[in-house]
Amino acid sequence: MARYQNIFTQVQLIAPNEGGIALPQGGEPRIALFSRSGLMGRLGQGQLGPIYLGWSGLASVMFGFLAIEIIGLNMLASVGWDPIQFVRQLPWLALEPPGPEYGFTPFVPLAEGGWWILAGFSLTTSILLWWVRTYRRARALGMGTHIAWAFLAAIWLYLVLGFIRPLFMGSWAEAVPFGIFPHLDWTAAFSIRYGNLFYNPFHCLSIVFLYGSTLLFAMHGATILAVGRYGGEREIEQITDRGTAAERAGLFWRWTMGFNATMESVHRWAWWFAVLTTLTGGIGILLTGTVVDNWYLWAQQHQFAPAYPDTGVIDPAGIRSVGE
Amino acid sequence: MKPVLAAGLAGISLLALGACELAPKESYQTGYRGTGMNSVMVKASAVDDEVPAPPYDPPGTAGPRAGDLYPGLEVLGDVSEEQFNYTMAAITAWVAPEEGCAYCHDPADMASNVKYTKAVSRRMIAMTRELNQDWTSHVGNTGVTCWTCHRGEAVPTEHWTLPEDAAHKGIVRNKNGQNDPVSNSAYSSLPNAAVARYLLGGTSPQSARVVSTTPFPSAANTTSTMETEQTYAIMIHISQALGVNCTYCHNAQSFQSWENSNPFRETAYFGLDMVRQINFGYITPLADVFPDNRKGVMGDPFKVNCTTCHRGQNKPLGGAKMAWDYPALMPTMFSAAVRQADARMARERTGAAAE
Repeated sequence: MARYQNIFTQVQLIAPNEGGIALPQGGEPRIALFSRSGLMGRLGQGQLGPIYLGWSGLASVMFGFLAIEIIGLNMLASVGWDPIQFVRQLPWLALEPPGPEYGFTPFVPLAEGGWWILAGFSLTTSILLWWVRTYRRARALGMGTHIAWAFLAAIWLYLVLGFIRPLFMGSWAEAVPFGIFPHLDWTAAFSIRYGNLFYNPFHCLSIVFLYGSTLLFAMHGATILAVGRYGGEREIEQITDRGTAAERAGLFWRWTMGFNATMESVHRWAWWFAVLTTLTGGIGILLTGTVVDNWYLWAQQHQFAPAYPDTGVIDPAGIRSVGE
Repeated sequence: MKPVLAAGLAGISLLALGACELAPKESYQTGYRGTGMNSVMVKASAVDDEVPAPPYDPPGTAGPRAGDLYPGLEVLGDVSEEQFNYTMAAITAWVAPEEGCAYCHDPADMASNVKYTKAVSRRMIAMTRELNQDWTSHVGNTGVTCWTCHRGEAVPTEHWTLPEDAAHKGIVRNKNGQNDPVSNSAYSSLPNAAVARYLLGGTSPQSARVVSTTPFPSAANTTSTMETEQTYAIMIHISQALGVNCTYCHNAQSFQSWENSNPFRETAYFGLDMVRQINFGYITPLADVFPDNRKGVMGDPFKVNCTTCHRGQNKPLGGAKMAWDYPALMPTMFSAAVRQADARMARERTGAAAE
């Protein structure tokens, strides 16, 4: 089998542990705990450690644990604390948000959705603290903060689904339940209620960027592997010092696609495609039910949905009495 | 290829394809091209041999009326004596093949009303006649018989009862009426009380409509996403019961739009009304007649849903016109209503293939 088609890393360096640069003043000391895993090395780098959790990381892990505990124990309670049924029924089990009767009040009895609010609060706190960590670790290492902002784009969609849109709609019942099948059923019910989400233009954009991201990722990964034999993996250097790898790859895409990305631009494309996926997706969700209530009719109004010949079927309600 | 890889690949493909249906299929178009309105069915899934043969050659409809000969008759008094006996023999084979006549009748006195089963079957016969006479909007000119539901069992295997009241406090053993893989919600995590919500019937039955009729939000429709799951659940129940997907009736472009839907949606619409009438008009009033072992946890009798008749087929029994052999159950076999239904069914067949 050709080396470059292999899914696993072909070259594993066995070297002294890399401890990283010195931290700026004021940070917690890193814990010099190292280990090496050959198995991990097949997927990424074999070295694990050194460890740095810091206050934001520690608090994030604690809130995350709390959220998972609340969700898991509620699910376990719903099957009467039976561990066997918990495992068997896990994909069906859920922690449901409060019903429509509670509106958007934070004061809901625990068993009626109060646990959902607590779990959501803990999970959100955990995620936001982890965002702080990604920002501050990047700064501490002297990096740009691109990763933190991309992460925030994903957090935006999460917050729209679970908090911002329910806030605007004035009802927790609009939020997504925690659970494997239940959150998927919510997704389908959401599209049914609002007249087909596929006619939401921001949903369209989100799909374009999502599928575009996978396409870009595949094209980029394939290109770099294909010119690896000419040093193509030294991408950053080749932004300014274009070697034969970059020349061959660029010519390949000009011949097959008409023009080509550069060693720099392909990363900008990929970053924006990924970020715009959840950015546009969040806008689309936020507009649903607040600004537009039936996307199909909205799309008809804007000559955006195709019209098909009338099948001649008419709504029987009110035309014929029941049983006629 | 390394043997371990080959074995792994073989194992993965077995696992991945394990749930696949291998039988040959046929697919046909049911709506406008490009809309995905196709039905894919397993070939010969319309099972004709499920239909039992008549107990003996169907007799004529002339002769003295059964009602004149048996004064206590409350149903079927208007049919000929020969037809009456023939129908009784058929019902015995359909409903109580092992117990025989004694399942409903006291063998010493056939006119006696001591058995509750007789009171039930009397209502069920009246119901069957009403379905065939007044509900051609759903049963067409095919009609139904006792067999359509019973299939040789005294209690049809596919039935439902009211779910336990989920209003009890606390989180222990409380799934909020959903997230429970049961057949009524097609083993989904959708609300499993949806069948009870929509099919119980009554003077003002619950409507399944959740989508707004205007593009923009208004006070006219404040249905929440959570409540929409109820509609989703009953639709999935219908889909599962009929062995069809959403696009059998709907153009997925807009589930709401009637002018983009197939005529089958109209048939299904009247089917929901019909099931409500069966449950509310015939079965629920028998609550006092049924013994406890014929009732659910909430003390209500076993009721009917789409699966009770359809059993995974878009037309029960593959659309076999079984009822035509039993005129006593089909009082208006040649009435105007039947001719209308005939015309409508023909329109469905030709209209669907127009594009």
